Amino acid sequence: MSAGKRSNEPIVWFLFGTGGFFAAFFLPVHVLFYGLLFPTGLVHAPSYQETLALVRHPLARIYLFALLTFCFFHAAHRMRLTLSDVLNLRHLNTVLAFLCYGGALVGTAFTVWLLMTV
Amino acid sequence: MPQYTQFQPKEYRPKMSAYWYLDHWHYLRYALREASSFFVAYFCVLTLVQLAALGTNATRYAHFQAFMASPVMIIVNVIALAFFLLHAITWFNLVPRVVMRQMLARPTPDIVSSAPNYFVWFGATIILALFIMGVL
Amino acid sequence: MSDTIILEVARFNPEDGGEPSYQSYEVPLRPDWMVLDGLNHIKDQLDGSLAFRWSCRMGICGSCGMMVNGRPTLTCETLLMNYAPGPVRVAPLDHFPVVKDLVVDLDDFLAKLQKVRPWVVRKDDFKPAREFIQSPAQLEAFHQFSLCINCTLCYAACPVSGLDPNFIGPAAIALAHRYNLDSRDQGIEDRLDILSQHEGIWDCTVVGECSVVCPKHVDPSLAIQQFKLTATKEWFKSFLLPRGKH
Repeated sequence: MSAGKRSNEPIVWFLFGTGGFFAAFFLPVHVLFYGLLFPTGLVHAPSYQETLALVRHPLARIYLFALLTFCFFHAAHRMRLTLSDVLNLRHLNTVLAFLCYGGALVGTAFTVWLLMTV
Repeated sequence: MPQYTQFQPKEYRPKMSAYWYLDHWHYLRYALREASSFFVAYFCVLTLVQLAALGTNATRYAHFQAFMASPVMIIVNVIALAFFLLHAITWFNLVPRVVMRQMLARPTPDIVSSAPNYFVWFGATIILALFIMGVL
Repeated sequence: MSDTIILEVARFNPEDGGEPSYQSYEVPLRPDWMVLDGLNHIKDQLDGSLAFRWSCRMGICGSCGMMVNGRPTLTCETLLMNYAPGPVRVAPLDHFPVVKDLVVDLDDFLAKLQKVRPWVVRKDDFKPAREFIQSPAQLEAFHQFSLCINCTLCYAACPVSGLDPNFIGPAAIALAHRYNLDSRDQGIEDRLDILSQHEGIWDCTVVGECSVVCPKHVDPSLAIQQFKLTATKEWFKSFLLPRGKH
């Protein structure tokens, strides 16, 4: 491997790292409210109209786009490494990369479509 | 009779256990930290479902809210929250340390690099919570 | 408290062609004895056929690293008392081929170490008339990473080096990093060619255990992550300015 090719891993690592910050800073509060406090009724959930108005705000759309896209790639990269190292599926590396990053691209496409049509 | 010649020694090559992450709790902690990615993916998809329901009509969104209130979803979301906190804490303790060291080109105490993240985290959580609750 | 302790020592004899097994020895448990003293007691008094490496007995030669109760440890600076009442399991370092008993084959590690050019590389005709002056800040930039004693505990602690035998590994990358950060060095491009490959830094998934077991607090994990930042910066540079240098 003395005169080999430099890896293109930096691009996915960059997306993984950025998504890691988004996931760390913002996901806990999201799941806390939408997953626990609102469904259990501990905190009164805003109405359908209020939630829709919040999501339709341009800044909210930009925020959700960045959050979901980076988190999808963060998850994809880490899932690939988890499956290959922890579950020892290194021989399937190409398939795993295709599935994980492909899944993140599909997720990004859905994010763009939903945020534009909501 | 030796089974090897002087220049072809028979070495023993140990095989790694398939369950190596159970050997020490540090490895298990690592495996759990990495497993948080599955919950990140889950929650992103869940948010897309929520957006789809929001974009359709009020009845669909009410269905979504009823679905989220089911005991199974509550349990899954409690687990997701635990994994997100594990991710956040391990992330804040590791990544700023690397960036700080890279920028300053000298060792800094870990507390100096990680503490600002906890302040930002706290602030961001409060602000987002106010928006999510509809206060702002 | 008992004044002896049982050492369960891994035995492997290449001439038998069999699997390694454990053999128990009872050794004195003295307050000032290290695990290595127990092994030397076995070698001197109980069983001269036991093979293991050691030299300095003061944590600087880096040759007495072994798995003690499953953890990579320098046996010369770990008290037997810590494991009382025992038994203590002593095995060769994980992820290395075993030559005999507790002796592992380091050829592969040494080849990897050489690949990353861990010495000052100059691209110019550098013949200083006097010593090269470095400021305290320039020294501090790399000092921590220069403390490595090549004991390879970090390789035994790293699951990735067990899963991928081609992974360059913690110590070699930390030493490469040490020279990249040295103000006298000009070899970073050469090292990036080696370390920016998949088997270089990108194989690392930040388990972080290399830094936990390092007896010299070198923190190879930090070195690898810093290197990833540098490599990413270089990648974007060559992507945006493809005709820049390559």
